[in-house]
Amino acid sequence: MADDARRAVLDALRGARAPPAAAPDLSRLGARFPDLPARLAEAVAAVAGTLVRVPDAAALAGAVAALAARLGATRVCSAVAGVPGDVALDALADPHELEGIGLAVLPGAFAVAENGAVWVPTAGLRHRGVFVVAEHLALVVPAAEIVNDMHEAYRRIAFPGAGFGTFIAGPSKTADIEQALVIGAHGARSCAVFLVG
Amino acid sequence: MSGGANPTGPGAGRAGGEPLHGPTGGHAGLGPGGHPAAAAAFVRDEARAHWHDQALWFVREKRDRAASLVPDWEELREAASAIRAHTRGRLADYLEEFERNATARGAVVHWARDAAEHNAIVHRILSERGVRRVAKSKSMLTEECGLNPYLAARGIEVVDTDLGERIVQLAGEPPSHIVFPAIHRKREEIGTLFHAKLGTPEGLSDPTKLTEAARHHLRERFMTADAGMTGVNFAVAETGGIVVCTNEGNADMGTHLPRLHVACMGVEKVVPRLADLAVFLRLLARSATGQPVTTYTSHFHGPIAGGELHVVILDGGRSGLLAEPAFRRSLACIRCGACMNTCPVFRRSGGYSYGYVIPGPIGSLLGVARDARAHASLPFASSLCGSCDDVCPVKIDIHGELLERRKDLARRGIVPLRKRLAMRLVGWVLAHRWAYELGGRLARVFLRRAPRAIAYGPWNAWGRRRELPAPPAESFRDTWRRTRGARRG
Repeated sequence: MADDARRAVLDALRGARAPPAAAPDLSRLGARFPDLPARLAEAVAAVAGTLVRVPDAAALAGAVAALAARLGATRVCSAVAGVPGDVALDALADPHELEGIGLAVLPGAFAVAENGAVWVPTAGLRHRGVFVVAEHLALVVPAAEIVNDMHEAYRRIAFPGAGFGTFIAGPSKTADIEQALVIGAHGARSCAVFLVG
Repeated sequence: MSGGANPTGPGAGRAGGEPLHGPTGGHAGLGPGGHPAAAAAFVRDEARAHWHDQALWFVREKRDRAASLVPDWEELREAASAIRAHTRGRLADYLEEFERNATARGAVVHWARDAAEHNAIVHRILSERGVRRVAKSKSMLTEECGLNPYLAARGIEVVDTDLGERIVQLAGEPPSHIVFPAIHRKREEIGTLFHAKLGTPEGLSDPTKLTEAARHHLRERFMTADAGMTGVNFAVAETGGIVVCTNEGNADMGTHLPRLHVACMGVEKVVPRLADLAVFLRLLARSATGQPVTTYTSHFHGPIAGGELHVVILDGGRSGLLAEPAFRRSLACIRCGACMNTCPVFRRSGGYSYGYVIPGPIGSLLGVARDARAHASLPFASSLCGSCDDVCPVKIDIHGELLERRKDLARRGIVPLRKRLAMRLVGWVLAHRWAYELGGRLARVFLRRAPRAIAYGPWNAWGRRRELPAPPAESFRDTWRRTRGARRG
């Protein structure tokens, strides 16, 4: 039965005889920005996030602590080396225990200047959903790790095995009630990108 | 998403919860009057129709601003169209490649010929694992299959978690737009609905406060769901992964807490390579809402640790559409909704006037492909202005296909008798010069002399909501004959 359906669908698609067409050359597509950090700051602001420049890793912990204090976030969970947290992700047995985390501090692999998105691979995280369950989000990206556009971004992404990764562009938002932009629909109510270096 | 001002037309204060879509509560096609009758009902409330028109035009303008900021926008559209054409030529191969790679990463792939098989597969997966409550993010495909009522009848609660979808679900309505499911509802109406269903204070209509109420309500549902369901924006053959895009984060809330994730996709959702995603993702959100990218663009390769990921692949008539050379390009659609937001007919007649799960220009093509008789009026619900083609990020020749579909329906005799006879008469007149000239002469005299009650009688559809232009004293042909094209100073 299941195999029948599989065979029938594939046969029907082959029987449709859609004409062959060459795959396009994508190498000429893309955007180039002379000043990547400046462009990224604009793009992050445009998606309702905030970009914070931090001179070095040593200054990061203080900057994150200041953010947590400003947000009034009491339970902070950090997956970034050198940034302390008071919730250990690895100690949570079940992802439902993520509920109530005030601020999640996560490493981003790189940021995209074109659209303000940060690529967050979750391979190192025990609970991959922490980025969306936490009330507020801080993403930490080295200043050298900014790509121009999505084409460059995908040249840096690979999925050798099972895993989850996501582009995050600003805080959770919706405009489903009369087109009014509201921040904090289901996920993070704010999203800060710390650009280090 | 730039946010900012919202269109608030006259009559914005109207509140209530009466259904706008007729009594069926689903997309069961339209009555015998087809789109014209349903649209007439919508435009009867002139203020509301105007407000709806403005709300969508606001989105169209945001799309224009976003597109204009991308220097290679047209090249992107070309590339997207070419990727889709290439994929169509090898669709079965790419689906097999996707299946192989998805399976290697721990997902389970299922195949369904039609909606009934699709629903049975999903139900089996859920019921075998004792699932009672599912948190579902937006999926037009599950709407197409009628999955929610199917599961509800079998004791499984499906909670739609996209805010707009939750609003229409609580109201007992289908979505009226594929990106903004509740765009036909005013904030006061949503406030009344939330007061009744979620216990918000009476009279509360502030979008921020209503969204906050929905956040708390849905958090509780997310925390207690046994499974998450999503649609699929893109499936990648090369890696066996699926990509789901949301702004709210509801697909992520739904899939990172429970151990079971069921994702449903049509056969046309597959792209060959990871690199192809760059093209579509640069186009999708800009076309849909004017944002540079959605807030969350989530890539699932295999299940959550210790859990399961099931991907259900549906044909549902798509292979039939692929076999039609004149119409197969409509399979390229990435469901951005731009053709709806720009369409002068959609903006003024509303999503429910189409009676199909996907309304607007692209929905008219897909609806007729699915069931020509049920949706025969839809290809005529267009002025053929071609604005949809201009905004389509994958360059579907939407208005051309609509015209082709009209011819196709006429050939198959699926056009109302009145329209058939009228077209035959017009065809005959246009083929006989004397009849054409005589007709013009009579019309000019008639329109000048006839009393208004007759000239604007029920027969005159064009004069129903507008003044006809004053008839000229003579036709162009007469002028030419009189002057012989004589040169004038």
